[in-house]
Amino acid sequence: MNDKLVGQPLVRKEDPRLLRGDGRYLDDLGRGALAAAFVRSPVAHARITGIDVDEALDVEGLVAIYTHEDLPGRIAEPLPLLIPHPDLTHPRTPYCLANGEVNHVGEAVVMVVATDRYLAEDVAERIRVTYEDLPPVVGIDQARAGERLVHEDAPGNVAARSVQTNGKGEAHEAIASAPHRLALDLHIERSASMPMEGKGVLAHWDADDRTLRVHSSTQTSTSVRLAVAAKLELPPDRVEVITPDVGGGFGVKIVHPWPEEILVPWAAMTLGRDVKWVEDRREHFTSSAHERAQQQHVEVGFDEAGRLLGLSVEIWHDNGAYVPYGIIVPIVTSTQLLGPYKVGAYRVEFTSLYTNTVIVTPYRGAGRPQGVFAMERTMDAIAEYLGMDRLAVREANLIQPEEMPYDQGLVFQDGRPLIYDSGDYPTMLRMIRDLVGWDGFEAERAAAAAEGRRIGIGIGAYVEGTGMGPYEGAHVKVETTGEVVVSTGLTTQGQGHYTSLAQIAADVLGVGVGDVTVITGDTRRFKYAVGTFASRAIVTSGNAVAIAAAKVAEKAKRIAAAALGDGVAPEDLELVDGRVRRRADPATAIDLRTVAVLSNPLRYAFDEETKAATQFAAATATGEEPGLEATGYYMPERSTYAAGAHGVVVETDPETADIRILRYCVVHDCGVVVNPRIVEGQVHGGVAQGIGGALYERIVYDDAGQLVNASYMDFLIPFATEVPHIQTAHMVTASGLNPLGLKGAGEAGVIPTSAVVASAIEDAEGLAVRRMPISPSELYELRKARQARKEQVSA
Amino acid sequence: MTEQVHQITVTVNGVARRGEVPARRLLADFLRMDLGLTGTHLGCEHGVCGACTLLLDGVPVRSCLILAVSADGHAVTTVEGCCEAGGELGPVQQAFQDCHGLQCGFCTPGFITTITAYLEENPKPTEEEAREAIGGNLCRCTGYQNIVKAVLRAADLKRERESADE
Amino acid sequence: MKPPPVVYHGPDTVQEAVRLLAEHGGHAKVLAGGQSLVPMLNMRLTAPARLIDVNRLDELAYVRTDLEGVRVGALARHADVERATHAFEAVPLLRQAVRSVAHPTIRNRGTTVGSLVHADPCAEMPAVLLLLDGEVLLRSDRAGERVVKAADFFVGPMESACEEDELAIEAYFPRPKGRTGTDWRELSRRNGDYAMCGVGTSVRVDETGAVTSAKAAYIGMGPVPSVVDVTGADFSAAAEHAADQLDPEDDIHASAEYRRHLARVLTARSLKAAYEAVAP
Repeated sequence: MNDKLVGQPLVRKEDPRLLRGDGRYLDDLGRGALAAAFVRSPVAHARITGIDVDEALDVEGLVAIYTHEDLPGRIAEPLPLLIPHPDLTHPRTPYCLANGEVNHVGEAVVMVVATDRYLAEDVAERIRVTYEDLPPVVGIDQARAGERLVHEDAPGNVAARSVQTNGKGEAHEAIASAPHRLALDLHIERSASMPMEGKGVLAHWDADDRTLRVHSSTQTSTSVRLAVAAKLELPPDRVEVITPDVGGGFGVKIVHPWPEEILVPWAAMTLGRDVKWVEDRREHFTSSAHERAQQQHVEVGFDEAGRLLGLSVEIWHDNGAYVPYGIIVPIVTSTQLLGPYKVGAYRVEFTSLYTNTVIVTPYRGAGRPQGVFAMERTMDAIAEYLGMDRLAVREANLIQPEEMPYDQGLVFQDGRPLIYDSGDYPTMLRMIRDLVGWDGFEAERAAAAAEGRRIGIGIGAYVEGTGMGPYEGAHVKVETTGEVVVSTGLTTQGQGHYTSLAQIAADVLGVGVGDVTVITGDTRRFKYAVGTFASRAIVTSGNAVAIAAAKVAEKAKRIAAAALGDGVAPEDLELVDGRVRRRADPATAIDLRTVAVLSNPLRYAFDEETKAATQFAAATATGEEPGLEATGYYMPERSTYAAGAHGVVVETDPETADIRILRYCVVHDCGVVVNPRIVEGQVHGGVAQGIGGALYERIVYDDAGQLVNASYMDFLIPFATEVPHIQTAHMVTASGLNPLGLKGAGEAGVIPTSAVVASAIEDAEGLAVRRMPISPSELYELRKARQARKEQVSA
Repeated sequence: MTEQVHQITVTVNGVARRGEVPARRLLADFLRMDLGLTGTHLGCEHGVCGACTLLLDGVPVRSCLILAVSADGHAVTTVEGCCEAGGELGPVQQAFQDCHGLQCGFCTPGFITTITAYLEENPKPTEEEAREAIGGNLCRCTGYQNIVKAVLRAADLKRERESADE
Repeated sequence: MKPPPVVYHGPDTVQEAVRLLAEHGGHAKVLAGGQSLVPMLNMRLTAPARLIDVNRLDELAYVRTDLEGVRVGALARHADVERATHAFEAVPLLRQAVRSVAHPTIRNRGTTVGSLVHADPCAEMPAVLLLLDGEVLLRSDRAGERVVKAADFFVGPMESACEEDELAIEAYFPRPKGRTGTDWRELSRRNGDYAMCGVGTSVRVDETGAVTSAKAAYIGMGPVPSVVDVTGADFSAAAEHAADQLDPEDDIHASAEYRRHLARVLTARSLKAAYEAVAP
């Protein structure tokens, strides 16, 4: 146990429960609760002219039907704007239930409560809502045209327009005066987080105690609590929010309060009955959130060596019908676009546009995949233009290790300066070069060509701001049984926090990981937290756990010193193997559990153990608060910056245009790694989502604003057969910003995948790939267009 | 309007369970709502994701696509039934922990049941076969890398345990 | 996504099932494997008043092979067809094609005959029946038993010749005559998805290896599965000819033009593979 647990690839403590089928996800709770279902808009943009419930009234099991008219007080007001920003000049947020107008297919119009979900759907099916159609705005082109408006009072459909420059000169001038210039127009289509478990809410109102207990499948229980309390006009201390096991989040569950998170608790209070709503897959497609869709125009100026002198990027970002989460996604795109590169003078302008589609909020990567796509497509275009090796162009622009910390001169999504804290990007590129076989690739290509096969290689890098504030906290307590209980306000959705946070606490307290129980996402246990998103949990909560555990260790030493007497001072002691012992004389020791007993001086013993803490027994420390416990918070000064590089080899079928990934390689630096097994799993999962986004997944709306592929039949999440073997290599540049040296890892895998796959396809095919995702059918169209151009030229 | 209910008896993890269900009650919901066996998860309710996969008379099927009343008289094995007799993790479950084959755990029961049946048919799969064996189940967390490893590990564990029993 | 209320019948005999269909035909759906029907129920895209569940008709759970060919009973699952070695030996195309039907777990429950009656133009087994000139045996109280040739069975998109009061009892897949090679291939977005284009081919040769008959069947290429006779042309010309006969549509996964292109490529590959299986 003297070996540190941080850094070890331990198996997860939470697994046996989940593997036995003993997990408790939202829908596993509240058996017997009333069930809610919703009548949702079937049209993209319309005025509601009538709601007729007559046919629904004789459904057996019906309990209640609610429309906007029924909602009292603040519940009838629009949902909050979670992240205001000065550039967000025309923010619009939805109502819990549509107030006279619907702005996307799937928007909630009527809430139904019945004795079970089958019956609730029977009721919903019989409610007749009549609509007067308004012209829908679908897609960025239509939004930009501004001829039709989503919100009458948001001219040009513009929610926000924002410009940032990096203070390194005027970008347009730098580009104009550069020896070489290029311009690129790029497109990324819509996708979605699509966790395997949808959202869900269960509410219990205790009328005697006047407390509301809400379970929600969320990424932020503490913030849901505050939002619910505000909307329902309850004192926050009367509201408890508990996050049970969560079947994946990937960003969509950080948004809150969802209409259902307000309506279900309100219905439970109103009806005096437990009420549960479980989002089904179709609802998840049409009424949660999407991401990714952007158009980009890039102008770049560079020299003979491929060094960037000026970069100007314009982004048109589709934010859907409302902006409850503000403009975080395009801010992230604009700022993280720069990656590991020095770009000279930089100007970025984004326009965030309303469309009559589902709202757009962060999905794993949160705008970074789009930014990296722009940057890395630009790098490849420069290489092509100059006839240079693609890796060499990247190397020519890298920030060097000795330039750290490196100030990119921008303001990041946390409102703090975008300063890279650490990193070694040249080593990172060398590692990916070796791992993917860059240098030997031409031989590989020739060998494949000799067999009539067509292959290509792609490479790309990114930097990811992680571990942002404002803070996370933890409460650490040693029980008299010796069990260490770590409570954090963070939620968890499969990232293994029950194990990784236990590793951190165990190291500090000198106990085994099996002695530590981690509690997450339960506001009864810990009230102050931000949430699990933006690759921040291990950095912020991990350090908070370490800080709280260190306080507990110090207290344990003080109490132990008093108990051991004989001139033992706290500073002589260490915590090892579940004991507090003298460094100089390890035989002089006291069990940590005994210290826990002594930490709570008792008048009354309640078992054999606790006799030791009563007044006529041994000496107890004076001046201590009772309990071997402490609370600690970690408040980062600014974000840490993780980084990575990916390489991929693809094969394209010369005839069918089928696209197959032959190998996928990742070099990843997230600073000090707490649990390598878990980090590797995070990378794998991210890459799989990235491959989904590159080759398979897209959310498709037709001109009328109907989401035409709202099912797993047609929204193509990769199966195992579509995800290749992923090779990973790790490097560690510890962050100096936090005591543990951590950087976040949650989103890493997904970030550069579309960029590198596009690069490899471009390499295989010798044609420009400017839009992702790409399907075989689209590759076929690109080939045809090239053929047509060739024929035109030869004619 | 009152729905007609049907008396059914389904042998669930070796125990005969009786129930009274409307015709439309899905087998997954019968297990979850009526029997409180919530290990079987519903991820899409249209037969694609595979989270609700269980064994019907030993054969993997989607329990969101079968009416409970159709299962009357049949035997069902769910993830809860994939443990050893003494309650320890079964070989597939143990392999998932050993290989970090799960993250959020929501899709996992469908994989456990699918693989449990698969290894009866093919006790020693290759990596390629392992990948195909799980090719009908969606996982959004793991990228499948460690699930493929878990299939191979489970095959080993199963053989080890079987030979230890002999 | 929960199914609407429905009245359930679980007949134990074919006779009873057919009687129930006679009584409720227009308002009832037959529930066999349910792998297409139940998703539609769950999404409430269909709401029959009654379901006639044929899963207790054990007498129809067979895959039989005789000198003529393979007979697949209405309760035989795709997996039963896939596993039946005798069926594979008699009609190799059955296994070649059924392996492309969705995923194994779906094949464990879905029935081959159910897939034929469902008549999805993207499904594999209708095209197999068509390519092999198979038949479907139907029974009703009204008309007794009748046999419908594959060519007459698929009448429109998701529409077969099985009448509302009829129960499909069995599908018959004849053995290919003489020296015939077959092949199935398709390209789908993901493994197990509906194909963007699927092609089954059948090539008969004489003792010298000369092709005496060549046919190709397609899925995902029009409102109904289709067969094109390409006897007499070399394989690449045959592929061009066949592709010209097809009328695919655009969808979100593939353009019509790309599908037609795939038909060309896959037909040539498939004919070659079918030929090579039997060429001397």
